[in-house]
Amino acid sequence: MGDSLSANGAGLSAEELRRNFAEVKPGMRPKEAIEESNRCLYCYDAPCIKACPTGINVPSFIKKISTGNMLGSARAIMDANPVGASCSRVCPTEELCEGACVLNHSSKPIRIGDLQRYATDWAIGSGKTLFQAGPGNGRSAAVVGGGPAGLSAARELARFGFSVTVFEAKEQAGGLNTYGIVSFRLPQSISLWEVEQIRKLGVDIRTGIKVGEDVTVQELLEQFDVIVLAIGMSKVPMLGIEGEQLDGVYDAIDFVEATKTELTEEMAGKRVAVIGAGNTAVDAATCSVRLGAANVKMVYRRSREEMTAYDFEFEFAKQDGVEFEWLSMPVRIIGDGEGKVTGLECVRMRLEPAEDGGRRRPVPVEGSGYTLEVDAVIKAIGQTRYLPLIEQLGIEHKRGIVTVDPVTFQTSNPRIYAAGDVVFGDGQGEAMVVSAAQQGKLAAYSIHQTLVERRERHG
Amino acid sequence: MADLRIRLAGISSPNPFWLASAPPTNTGYQVQRAFEAGWGGAVWKTLGDPIINTSSRFAAVHFNGQRVAGFNNIELITDRPLEVNLEEIYETKKRFPGHALVVSLMVEPKREKWHEIVKKVEAVGVDGLELNFGCPHGMAERGMGSASGQQPDLVEMQTMWAKEAAKTPVIVKLTPNITDITATAKAAARGGADAISLINTINSLAGVDLDTWNTVPHVGGKGAHGGYCGPAVKPIALNMVAECARNPEVGIPISGIGGISNWRDATEFLLMGSTCVQVCTAAMHHGFSIVEDMIDGLTNYLDEKGLASVNELIGRSVGRYSDWGDLDLNYAVVARIDRDNCIVCNKCHIACEDTSHQCIERHTDDSGAAYLLVREEDCVGCNLCSIVCPVEGAISMIEVPSSDPPLSWNQRQAAITAINPDNGGDDSGEKEAV
Repeated sequence: MGDSLSANGAGLSAEELRRNFAEVKPGMRPKEAIEESNRCLYCYDAPCIKACPTGINVPSFIKKISTGNMLGSARAIMDANPVGASCSRVCPTEELCEGACVLNHSSKPIRIGDLQRYATDWAIGSGKTLFQAGPGNGRSAAVVGGGPAGLSAARELARFGFSVTVFEAKEQAGGLNTYGIVSFRLPQSISLWEVEQIRKLGVDIRTGIKVGEDVTVQELLEQFDVIVLAIGMSKVPMLGIEGEQLDGVYDAIDFVEATKTELTEEMAGKRVAVIGAGNTAVDAATCSVRLGAANVKMVYRRSREEMTAYDFEFEFAKQDGVEFEWLSMPVRIIGDGEGKVTGLECVRMRLEPAEDGGRRRPVPVEGSGYTLEVDAVIKAIGQTRYLPLIEQLGIEHKRGIVTVDPVTFQTSNPRIYAAGDVVFGDGQGEAMVVSAAQQGKLAAYSIHQTLVERRERHG
Repeated sequence: MADLRIRLAGISSPNPFWLASAPPTNTGYQVQRAFEAGWGGAVWKTLGDPIINTSSRFAAVHFNGQRVAGFNNIELITDRPLEVNLEEIYETKKRFPGHALVVSLMVEPKREKWHEIVKKVEAVGVDGLELNFGCPHGMAERGMGSASGQQPDLVEMQTMWAKEAAKTPVIVKLTPNITDITATAKAAARGGADAISLINTINSLAGVDLDTWNTVPHVGGKGAHGGYCGPAVKPIALNMVAECARNPEVGIPISGIGGISNWRDATEFLLMGSTCVQVCTAAMHHGFSIVEDMIDGLTNYLDEKGLASVNELIGRSVGRYSDWGDLDLNYAVVARIDRDNCIVCNKCHIACEDTSHQCIERHTDDSGAAYLLVREEDCVGCNLCSIVCPVEGAISMIEVPSSDPPLSWNQRQAAITAINPDNGGDDSGEKEAV
């Protein structure tokens, strides 16, 4: 556990909670940024540009930091990536831009993510509006879902001159960046600034409106020329084990989301088991620690090697004092007479080589059952899909994964496009925020091409 | 968004960023790529003959891990026949009619030679001519380049010859290898030049190889001085530009050259009286795309300053450049150290203690923490501590009010002379005259 982290089993003061959820990593200081930006080689046809899913011109934005052209730097970033401020904090940069930096071979890679944050932090502080809407083209678009993919599509469509309306079910737009990423890595204010930048382009962002309930699919199809579906994913699925309804069982998505708006003492002094080993599971575990949990264990039926969380997430969890129950599968949640969680019954697993040569298969070890004494269980075993809405739209999908043309992001209904997590899965798409942003952009480009450019060409 | 268009002596350019006559402007392919990248103008690499290739030809000075602080070359003028160049100049101008295309020329100091080359080049359609009186090596041996650029009478005469034949504006490029740059600048103006460009490269030897004892660069074991350019020469160039800009006898527009690597450098030259700037080394180091941030950075800067056009910037600092004798001797600043930002590296202390006025004291506070304090009454305001300080905002130079009104050396001497005409000033020549 980090030195500054307060969690001693007792309840935490509001101030301690606030500190625990304040952004962990400090921004670069001016001298650091100048030194680092001057270290960039300004490569030609640089690999970092190609490694960025949104194709940010990295050497260009870094050069601009070195010449003091901060506005130009922020524009270069946000032009390619409408959620570039959030991405500077949440991108797995060592697997993307920084991993591709040629200086890996001779020195240390440039701290691209930190420089990107430095430039976008400057933009946030400056209060400047970076882009303007294009002259109206007479076309309208409804964007369903105000997360990274939806906002990105909305921003680009607005710049093309579309009249854009975003329908967001939650109170605020920003999606995962606003509600799903822990505050100590991404403060909500960053995501909301990105939303505001897009609102300033004249995009009508209607929050608290559920498509399919508050407004029908039919209405959207009648009122708009085109729909961009960017609804992401839904709640964590059921484990399908006994005790799931007990008091003290949480959905990791809901749990993390709650910490974005209010920090409570709910977890203070508790023993917590988090089921799963992805990035959301790590988030739930570290949030629990920072809310004052006495002990936090991540329970995973495979081993460290198969863990899907990024390496830096795993390291972060370890630093926060999270413990790991590898090769352990929950089989029952145990409750007391009052219906409160008191334990998690698990069995030990072993891994067997898969017959098809794929990921090793976990197999229960007979007679290895044991019980973890816990007060709370957080489920983080993936996310379900917004099936009812997808069904209402009447578009092709595979178990909720909407089928799109990989180039145009058009669905089986030519007037409906889809981007982001709603198309991720089954070998299609990518799970990263930055990929969602790029898909939103690409969907916007192909909409513009189909509805405006092609028509112009044909008179 | 601010307007970046400029006109230098009648030559229009979409922005003030030109490529200097140098390797980057050797061919039509290169100049066209540069225009595509955003450069507003280019001065085609000097035409002339004979064609000679030196190998090797470049060397650079790296400073503390940063590459190309300075750059040195012993390359000569164009390495291609005149006809090939003229054809490509024609093609380039045809493809980019809105860009500034100037051609650099160098011929023997003979009237008919100048007439001949000027006519040939203007016949293909160019926006202007630049006379190369600056190249410090190779051509000088034959009475060209800096050999003629160092003699004001030759500059004037050759400018006149070129002007006799020229229909487009003539820019004279000056060599810095001279004691007083305004002497040749004025000569160019007298010869009828429409503008001057400066500086060309400075005589230099980039280095000596500690293993082979050869010069860097060397040609088969022998070296000769080359021309120095790049970031390291910027202050020298900026002074020369400023001296020309503030001299009424020069009085013609200036194209600034010398170590300009980004929009900030360029802006300084514009403020000091350059109508446009020419760049070479930075492009050779990073490619033509550097112009993108030059344009973007300058535009954002002008917008920030509330200026609608770059022309509102040109020359704005010239009036602030003067002679030492005009500086206010009663103006005073002192150093002040901000403990919150100071990292206690003690570099200011030792710089002051060993090499300036021994007025930065080392102290320890009650908690045992070290800190530095300026004894302001002894501080002469030399700036040295703030120069060696590695941290932003740790040392500020603060103006201290003076009890005496502003007084320059020249005013002081004039006042003394007025009080006591027999004992005025210390200029013995003047005293005799009185």
